[in-house]
Amino acid sequence: MREISVNELSLVIERLCIEANTYLPEDVKCAIHTCRACEDSTIAQGVLDNIIENYEIADRENVPICQDTGMACVFLEIGQDVHLVDGDLAAAVDEGVRRGYEKGYLRKSVVGDPVRRGNTGDNTPAMLYTEIVPGDKIHVTIAPKGFGSENMSAIRMFKPSAGIEGIKDFILETVEAAGPNPCPPMVIGVGIGGTFDKAALLAKKALLRPLNTSHPDPYYADLEKEMLEKVNKLGIGPQGFGGKTTALGLNIETLPTHIAGMPCAININCHVTRHKSAEI
Amino acid sequence: MEKRITLPLTPALAKTLHAGDRVLLTGTIYTSRDAGHKRMCETLAKGEKLPFDPQNATIYYVGPTPAKPGQVIGSAGPTTSGRMDAYAPTMMAAGARGMIGKGARLPAVVEAMKEHSGVYFGAIGGAGALLAKCIKKAEMIAYEDLGAEALRKLYVEDMPLIVIIDTEGNNLYETGRADYLKSTAK
Repeated sequence: MREISVNELSLVIERLCIEANTYLPEDVKCAIHTCRACEDSTIAQGVLDNIIENYEIADRENVPICQDTGMACVFLEIGQDVHLVDGDLAAAVDEGVRRGYEKGYLRKSVVGDPVRRGNTGDNTPAMLYTEIVPGDKIHVTIAPKGFGSENMSAIRMFKPSAGIEGIKDFILETVEAAGPNPCPPMVIGVGIGGTFDKAALLAKKALLRPLNTSHPDPYYADLEKEMLEKVNKLGIGPQGFGGKTTALGLNIETLPTHIAGMPCAININCHVTRHKSAEI
Repeated sequence: MEKRITLPLTPALAKTLHAGDRVLLTGTIYTSRDAGHKRMCETLAKGEKLPFDPQNATIYYVGPTPAKPGQVIGSAGPTTSGRMDAYAPTMMAAGARGMIGKGARLPAVVEAMKEHSGVYFGAIGGAGALLAKCIKKAEMIAYEDLGAEALRKLYVEDMPLIVIIDTEGNNLYETGRADYLKSTAK
């Protein structure tokens, strides 16, 4: 049994909130550069040039890449041999988010009640996911999620007879409906299987996977490639002004499901697909 | 070629702008998003005055990050305009003419734009660090309790924008995509 203080966790989360909002992951930068090289139209090239200039300013001046510094989605993989001490885990996570958003001059974008609204003033609570895994470490990932893109996400409970064609149509339909709203070029996370709630979580987790990786099953790896090509043939383009680059990447995550169902969730992200991890 | 324009956005100036034009905008603009628009429209419904003169005004749909010491403003890119569709026709009827944001607008907004010579400008969504560079002055003028959603008066210089929908209702989201698809069909 290894003891870890929740105060240490707060410190790590504080730092990751700031870093995730300031420095774009290398795989996303690389995808933007690759797409810039392929665009022919002046408008699309200009948009991607501005997007590159923007993350370079953020890197250089340590300022947020985007003003929507998001809801703090926190993923903890906690080793089963870890004993957390010095306080409540969820409270420590919120404390880390609170300090990170304050010290990092990040925007506080959370309302305390979904209908009656009212900003909580410190960007808490975090959206916390915990998983118990083997080992004596904690793997922490912070993924700030903006809502321009979150609002364009969708979930559908398919009949199994809809098959792969049903899922393909749903992906294209969802991207089409999103159009210029989620700040394209977007990143698309697809979750297939599990239950209603698990499919949505898979879609969110798909957004954490680097864009230069594929699903381990060749069937789904091919589907990722095929659907990214099809999405990019829609012509929506950077910012919706027309062009080849509607999406930078499309990742699929899967789980077993029930004999009667085929849940599919699509979580849309923008070109500022942020996440940062650390291990304690 | 980029067009340099200086505010206020009079009807005459608005009519010179066309969907797809790249512009560098200079002048005073006001920030407002969801909660601020709701409050402004409630104020107008009561027959009361807005916190700023809406005549020929341009509104930027933005909720910036807090300014670090020495900064005029934090990162300040556009938010999704569609959420302001419920309020935009009321704002235009009150005299506001320019809107800066990103994303699609409803037909009712486009109709109001045609009636009031409104212009919808796009700023690059997700480019908050870059856009903040054009903001030379920022001052909180009302609704401070709304935090990031408070009303601010900004002075911008050469803000890079693109005309998405013009006073005649032409829409770059439709024409830009159609042009691209036509070019690939050849």
